[in-house]
Amino acid sequence: MSTTTVAHHDEHTDHPTGIMRWLTTTNHKDIGTMYLTFSLIMFLVGGSMILGIRAELFQPGLQLMNPDFFNQLIGVHALIMIFAALMPAATGFANWMIPLQIGAPDMALPRLNNWGFWLLPPSAILLTLPFALALFGIGDGALATGWTFYPPLSIQGGIGVDFAIFAVHLLGISSVLGSINIIVTLFNMRAPGMTFMKMPMFAWGWLITAFLLIATIPVLAGAVTMLLTDRHFGTHFFDAAGGGDPIMFQHLFWFFGHPEVYILLLPVWGFIPQILQTFSRKPMYGYKAQVYSFWAIGALSVVVWAHHFFTAGLPVPALLYFMYSTMAISLPLAVLFFCWIKTMWRGSMSFETPMLFTVGWIILFGIGGLTGLVLADVAADAQYHNSYFVVAHFHYTLFAGGIMGIMAGVYYWLPKMTGHMYNEKLGQLHFWLTAISFNLTFIPQFFLGLAGMPRRIPDYALQFAEFNMISSIAAFVLGLSQLIFVYNIISTVRGGKKATDQVWEGAEGLEWTLSSPPPYHSFSEQPTVK
Amino acid sequence: MEIDADKREPSSTELRSIANKKLGYKMLWIVAGSLLFAFALVPLYDVLCTITGLNGKTKSTASELSNTKVDETRWVTVQFTSSTMPGLGWNFYPKQSSIKVRPGKVETVLFEAKNITSRVVAGRAVPSVTPGAAAAHLKKLECFCFERQALNPGETKVMPLRFFVSPDIPADVKEMTLSYAFFSID
Repeated sequence: MSTTTVAHHDEHTDHPTGIMRWLTTTNHKDIGTMYLTFSLIMFLVGGSMILGIRAELFQPGLQLMNPDFFNQLIGVHALIMIFAALMPAATGFANWMIPLQIGAPDMALPRLNNWGFWLLPPSAILLTLPFALALFGIGDGALATGWTFYPPLSIQGGIGVDFAIFAVHLLGISSVLGSINIIVTLFNMRAPGMTFMKMPMFAWGWLITAFLLIATIPVLAGAVTMLLTDRHFGTHFFDAAGGGDPIMFQHLFWFFGHPEVYILLLPVWGFIPQILQTFSRKPMYGYKAQVYSFWAIGALSVVVWAHHFFTAGLPVPALLYFMYSTMAISLPLAVLFFCWIKTMWRGSMSFETPMLFTVGWIILFGIGGLTGLVLADVAADAQYHNSYFVVAHFHYTLFAGGIMGIMAGVYYWLPKMTGHMYNEKLGQLHFWLTAISFNLTFIPQFFLGLAGMPRRIPDYALQFAEFNMISSIAAFVLGLSQLIFVYNIISTVRGGKKATDQVWEGAEGLEWTLSSPPPYHSFSEQPTVK
Repeated sequence: MEIDADKREPSSTELRSIANKKLGYKMLWIVAGSLLFAFALVPLYDVLCTITGLNGKTKSTASELSNTKVDETRWVTVQFTSSTMPGLGWNFYPKQSSIKVRPGKVETVLFEAKNITSRVVAGRAVPSVTPGAAAAHLKKLECFCFERQALNPGETKVMPLRFFVSPDIPADVKEMTLSYAFFSID
């Protein structure tokens, strides 16, 4: 392939076909497609796992599975959703859209890009293989510690922990490579005239995400490596008997883990204003304010980590510091919310599926943010820590705030990527089913948490039965509605009404100046931005 | 156009590709730096906790008996708790659950451990002080926790702890708890 990439910009025949095209490709659109496909598959895998959990929690008592398997499903569900569904989806969009949005011919480091993607399938296999091995009597199943790997439990765990550690290593390398690529692309490949302060919000979101990733993923990699040597090579980083400290793991883990929340959200915060301005048919409000808020949130996100373990026995001055700094994040976030709402204000709005998802997203993500403020309060957190309130809170931020935002992006850019319009009716049906069943799944969980139901336990007291039943039924509706999404995507890829180049009436930006779908090699001559 | 390919100037695409790689390698320094930071946190965390007592950690070596005056004006209650971790077949408990001490006065308390298994078992006690702010003010002169302890089958051992509470302890600390968790080190 390397011999043929030089000159044929306009032909579609200069790449291998069949499986070799996908294995060897260095084209940003191909790699973006692979990331997005992988992400969709893993979204369904992770979702099926949690349906197993909800089926078990449908009634009190143990019906379907033993507690150990329940724990494995919970831990692997979280790792898959975070590392194999949400992050690859954001990276997929970065690959597809960043070069188109900044007028670059491709990503800056195409070969690295290919490698970054192909690390993902092996890590997904590493995560799920222990389930299969256990069927053949090898080992005792997957990681059963929850995704947080807390020692001493993770030091005592079975081979599932080792598999998960290596999976995290691979996923981490993949993310770091992807991030380096995005940073270099955004620094070196912008079209002439496109200054940093003219970059689309999505590019900004990813620039900060990428810096957060390369600064924090290695800390996670270091922490799980220490865990590995504690397990097998006699070190005592986290083993109190040898002078180690299990709390130190929590510090290391959440030093990565909290920025990770913003790593997942910042790219989506980039989608939102772009979609809003398209369907409000007026320029976004407060571009500069949004960019500065991104920076403020990125900077604050690395100094607030200990609010994840307020109850671990931190001294009071530390508790106060982490409480105040956590609450401070709500200030730049409030600026963002204000800008989003003001962008819609007095716009001539229309509610196609991407806009429905975006407006729904603003409301639901708002609920996620506000319940986070409750948890940030040290005194309240003593009650809510490790309860279903926390589960509901972070699903409002990560399912509504993350995945529903990604879905908005999918509907928004799918016509550009495929050249076909998706089925609008099915898209709207998907939105309403998702939004309603999502709320029915998680609002009961807020109340369960307030009433004291602990998370990660397969059985519960009888008084929690009704809310759990509602939550389980709604979760199955939520899960099954995603099949509409999958069907809609597949049928759009295969055919449908031709999309125009601009696709949406109010869409602005370099990606909409290209044909739909864009040519295999786009912007070989960079456009000039005024 | 490119008749003499060897002598031509590098094209802008090639120049950019070189610049991209350079910047990519620079980014790797950030990655290396944060990996180093993760491992550097291990000693830093220990140092920070020992200096400030943030985590209830006490020093793992004997303190010097400094020439301190006993503060006869106040009492501090020191409570003792004990636990044994899984895998260590011992009974282990303090002979007295709490004592009142004058800051600066050296006291001795006894802990008793009994090996209830039929083999030789070695263990190590890991201390923790609550509230964390008091940890730095609990000065141990002699402690069974400074080294590993081994017990023969059925053996009972009485282990002393000599300590004093530093007179510098903040006035609002009137009670503290010293907890020992005994771990198996086989």
